[in-house]
Amino acid sequence: MSGKTFAEKALARASGQSQVVAGQIVDAVPDAVMSHDNSAAISKIFRALGVARVKYPARIAIALDHAVPAPTTAHAVNHIEIRKFVEEQGIEKFFEVGRGISHQVLSEEVVVLPGQLILGADSHTTTYGWMGAFGAGIGRSEAAAIWATGELWLRVPESMKIIVDGELPRGVTSKDLCLRIIGDMKADGGLYMSVEFHGSTISSMSIESRIVIPNMMAEFGAKNAYLPPDEKVFEWIAERQVKSQKLKAKSESLISNLQSLALYPDADAIYAATYRYDASTLEPYVACPHRVDNVKPLSQVRGTKIQQAFLGTCTNGRLEDLAAAAEILRGKTVARGTRMLVIPASSQVLSEAIARGYIQTFIEAGAVVGVPGCGPCVGNHMGVPAPGEVTISTMNRNFRGRMGTRDSDNYLASPAVVAASAVVGAIADPREIYQDQVTR
Amino acid sequence: MKFHGRVWKYGDDVNTDVIFPGKYTYTVTDPKEIAKHALEDLDPNFASQAQPGDMIVGGKNWGNGSSREQAATCLKYTGVTAVIAKSFARIHFRNLVNNGVVPIVCASAVDAIQNGETIDVDLDAHTIKCATGDFDFPPLSPTLFTIIETGGLIQMLRRKLGTEHLPMPEIKSGGD
Ligand code: SF4
Repeated sequence: MSGKTFAEKALARASGQSQVVAGQIVDAVPDAVMSHDNSAAISKIFRALGVARVKYPARIAIALDHAVPAPTTAHAVNHIEIRKFVEEQGIEKFFEVGRGISHQVLSEEVVVLPGQLILGADSHTTTYGWMGAFGAGIGRSEAAAIWATGELWLRVPESMKIIVDGELPRGVTSKDLCLRIIGDMKADGGLYMSVEFHGSTISSMSIESRIVIPNMMAEFGAKNAYLPPDEKVFEWIAERQVKSQKLKAKSESLISNLQSLALYPDADAIYAATYRYDASTLEPYVACPHRVDNVKPLSQVRGTKIQQAFLGTCTNGRLEDLAAAAEILRGKTVARGTRMLVIPASSQVLSEAIARGYIQTFIEAGAVVGVPGCGPCVGNHMGVPAPGEVTISTMNRNFRGRMGTRDSDNYLASPAVVAASAVVGAIADPREIYQDQVTR
Repeated sequence: MKFHGRVWKYGDDVNTDVIFPGKYTYTVTDPKEIAKHALEDLDPNFASQAQPGDMIVGGKNWGNGSSREQAATCLKYTGVTAVIAKSFARIHFRNLVNNGVVPIVCASAVDAIQNGETIDVDLDAHTIKCATGDFDFPPLSPTLFTIIETGGLIQMLRRKLGTEHLPMPEIKSGGD
């Protein structure tokens, strides 16, 4: 009997079986089901099912983030329908306009734990793999089905292993690692896979850098992604549990509970493929229009004129990302003819960024700071480009038309590259600005 | 189940943003309106010219990107019965099945079928007949076949939950 992958262990647990194998279809019972502004649509499908009450209100989490605050009356009406449903069904894990992007907020609020299963009506539900949870995106009919019945069919995916060792050079981030992987193996390189990340580069990364990785794996075709949870993860979660459960202090039992939930693949588990990367050989990368896998080294696109630089989203809107941008922007100004937009991923991120002076730095540099949420990521509002304009952003996807018009270009990069480009007015290398800071 | 219809053929990696643009996801809610925007950023002729019974042929990784279900429902509302591709992105694959649109994986048929030709698909015999020949595709798993046969996930759950006799409201509205 060969060993089990993370996916096999997690879906065995979620379906109440002693073991399952890749390829098998199981009825899984998710620990959490997430949705956002699409919850009104889901509630209508739920009503079409003919049941009065959701099965497990405590397992449902809803955050308003995609178009917040409401840009049009139609969006406002959509939000009202969600609030009504939430009240009627007694859904406590509801996060209002301004709290932030669902994946960030649900991580901060600890609605799911290592080893657990979260399904979400959003393709970036892969994000929760940062803590070793099984997170996968589903459609809205499926979310309605879970609300009504508490379960959903899932196929146990095959697994792929990516081992990353070595130290990332200065100015090179987990975003660059992901762009490199997707550029190398293309947008369907991980199609349908559970993509497991291992290696010393991953374990030495901050939590915030780690979150980028499973988030970006949605662009790789992955069903879910997994990073092995370690002490750093347990500490991070326990601290938030203290806050969200209003406990006095972090206790040993919180940590040991997390340790006991965590799942790790067996050494002899079967993988469809294994790849290795040496982090020390990586450089900053940019995904060029209109495909996430159209990846080039930064040096090849340096100098491309931009009109907008957008720092934010569930990929790179966290404190560490804002810190990296503030480091570049301190004492500098956004180039004439260029706009810079900063949208923190959550209210907690915003509040901490204020305390640390980053927001002041952005405003003094001439950047705009927006309400925590998805911003213009999905083309609804708050910084959509005009036809013919070029954006560089920290987003996870740059498909044609995503930001509202099919006639605009979007380049994807790390926060430091986006900030450096804002200063220069063209795609720029942050390492040159660090250099400049040293020599002055 | 058997389908007979005209083919609209597209390339590799067609994503859900071009199948149904994100800017409409919360404001365009009527099925007829949703159908009008089908494939808007990929093929401006599709929505106005597609006929009920038409089929789509795509390359690899059809439907990658956003989980938005309208990328499946906009095809359903235009009358598309099946999508034949070399491979599908997984959420979109599920969305097609759950809305009763048949996803078929068959790389050799994709290469053989010409844009605009009329083809025959037999789901029970799992064969595709086109001008240049006949092709077999792997049968859908029984779970998926049942969902499609019943007309979609919602219809199937109503049967399972014993709520089939209740009136079926028209489902409107969007979501990413
Ligand atoms: S920030 Fe963008 S990618 Fe992330 S959840 Fe919002 S719309 Fe989706």
